[in-house]
Amino acid sequence: MATRTQERRLTFLATALPPIVWVVVFFLAPLAIVWAYSFGQNQGLTEVDISGTFANYTRALQPLYLGIFAKSIFVAGLTTLLCLIVGFPVALSIVFASERWRAWMLLLIMLPFWTNLLIRTYALIAVLRTEGYVNFTLEWFWTNASWLMTLVGLQPLGDFTPLQLLYSNTAVVVGLVYVHLPFMVLPLYAALDRLDKSLIEASLDLGAGHIRTLLLIVVPLALPGIISGIIITFVPALGAYLTPDLLGGPDSQMIANVIERQFKKANDWPFGAALSFLLMYATFGAIALRAYFSRGKPASGGHGI
Amino acid sequence: MALRRAPLEYNRMWQMRVWLFAVFFFLYAPLIALVAFSFNDSKRNTVWRGFTFKYYDKLFNDQDLLVAFANSLTIALVAMLISLVIGALAAVLLWRYRFIGKTAVEGAFTLPIVVPEICMGVAMLLFFTRVLPWPNNLFWPFNLGSIIIAHVSFCFPFVALVVGARLASFNKEQEEAARDLGANDWQAFRDILLPHIRPALIAGGLLAFTLSLDDFVITFFTSGPDTITFPVKVYSMLRFSVTPEVNAASTMLIVLTIAVMALMMVVQGRAQKKG
Repeated sequence: MATRTQERRLTFLATALPPIVWVVVFFLAPLAIVWAYSFGQNQGLTEVDISGTFANYTRALQPLYLGIFAKSIFVAGLTTLLCLIVGFPVALSIVFASERWRAWMLLLIMLPFWTNLLIRTYALIAVLRTEGYVNFTLEWFWTNASWLMTLVGLQPLGDFTPLQLLYSNTAVVVGLVYVHLPFMVLPLYAALDRLDKSLIEASLDLGAGHIRTLLLIVVPLALPGIISGIIITFVPALGAYLTPDLLGGPDSQMIANVIERQFKKANDWPFGAALSFLLMYATFGAIALRAYFSRGKPASGGHGI
Repeated sequence: MALRRAPLEYNRMWQMRVWLFAVFFFLYAPLIALVAFSFNDSKRNTVWRGFTFKYYDKLFNDQDLLVAFANSLTIALVAMLISLVIGALAAVLLWRYRFIGKTAVEGAFTLPIVVPEICMGVAMLLFFTRVLPWPNNLFWPFNLGSIIIAHVSFCFPFVALVVGARLASFNKEQEEAARDLGANDWQAFRDILLPHIRPALIAGGLLAFTLSLDDFVITFFTSGPDTITFPVKVYSMLRFSVTPEVNAASTMLIVLTIAVMALMMVVQGRAQKKG
């Protein structure tokens, strides 16, 4: 009897200890150190004195950094909105596709998601740069238009000046949409798939148009899923590092880039730590919002009946 | 018009088709161009000049790149194995036991999924420079230890999720029956539970492998001059310019990822047929 309990306890410890110890030592402890650093100040080149000062946080509230925070939130928000606009019809289409097509379309949405982020960003650089495919295509049209105009006796167009698409805020938003689209489509698909299709048919039968049905029936019913998609897209977009780093110009930095700079070039680790934690608080806020909205899910399901 | 198609056949609408085409074009054209131009016989990346393998040839003679590739594969493999053990144990722990502080533990296990990559990278940088400096004179592959640890920390929660989902469909009576027949905890685990979660372990393992292989941001903060991984190397290459070599290196990574994904789908498809 005693040995049985002992064995049970041993099994529990053998199951519990490795993951708990790992997460504490190699995840929570590093985060705790960042947190401690955020209340410290630089002393010399590598020494940091954790003095409990709030100076790093007050510095983060300066207009310069607040502006970067605001800009990051705006860029991530815009990205999310564009993903929603682009992704909603796609999710709708997957839901109403035949079984075979549905599997293929889901795969096609997920495949870029699995492709290395760096590679996808690089692929966009090749598309957007001044010698890129977009400008190449535009140049082709330009020359042909010019040729056509001489044909009908008009003055030819001037020389083609390539558009500066890369290293701008637009490029960052395009890149973020490109990278985060699957984050939006998959939860939207999951939400729309659960929807009772007969409600849409009923609405259409009763004379509502497609747009009205969409706005008054589909969107309210799929709202928890839509909010889920919005937050799942917004959170990684807010913390994006690579996209603004590679596609952005000098004025398109987001929080993650500023954090990186504190830890590498600027060598102000305490301030970087404070910024990291502010970013984390923002992330947790967004996730708490999602938890709050998904709590209402069963209730809204009940309304449907 | 409404008479010609059933009300819910949105996919028959031409607007929808144009939209879908545009979206998939947007998603795939850059990648397809990237792969295609890795075979282009020209330094300029926009005009097609003929087919060549020379950039792949160059890659296979680039010592640094090969080392980076070997590093990445080693890290992914080891991180996958450790993540499998830790992740599976985490899933079993949350599924089987009730204990004080369970909610907190559950939260801690999902935290690595939601914490922004940059914050985790910074945390790992601090940890491995100030608290647990990883000796940098270790010989390969032990010098990769700090990167492997960082990767396990963000990979194992995904394994735990996949295994946890599979555990939900486990019939606990099977395990009780095994116990009644005299099996001890370890035997019951090995002979009953493990076979049940095997598909999830394979899927979760491949997931961890891809996540580790793909990671740039966290590795960027933990890797040193002697421990360059493939994405970090590609990053330093493309900082300079858009060259066919980068295209070729990227294509290799894409092919590897697709292979791992295909394997994952085959495994999952087989598991679904069985279950």
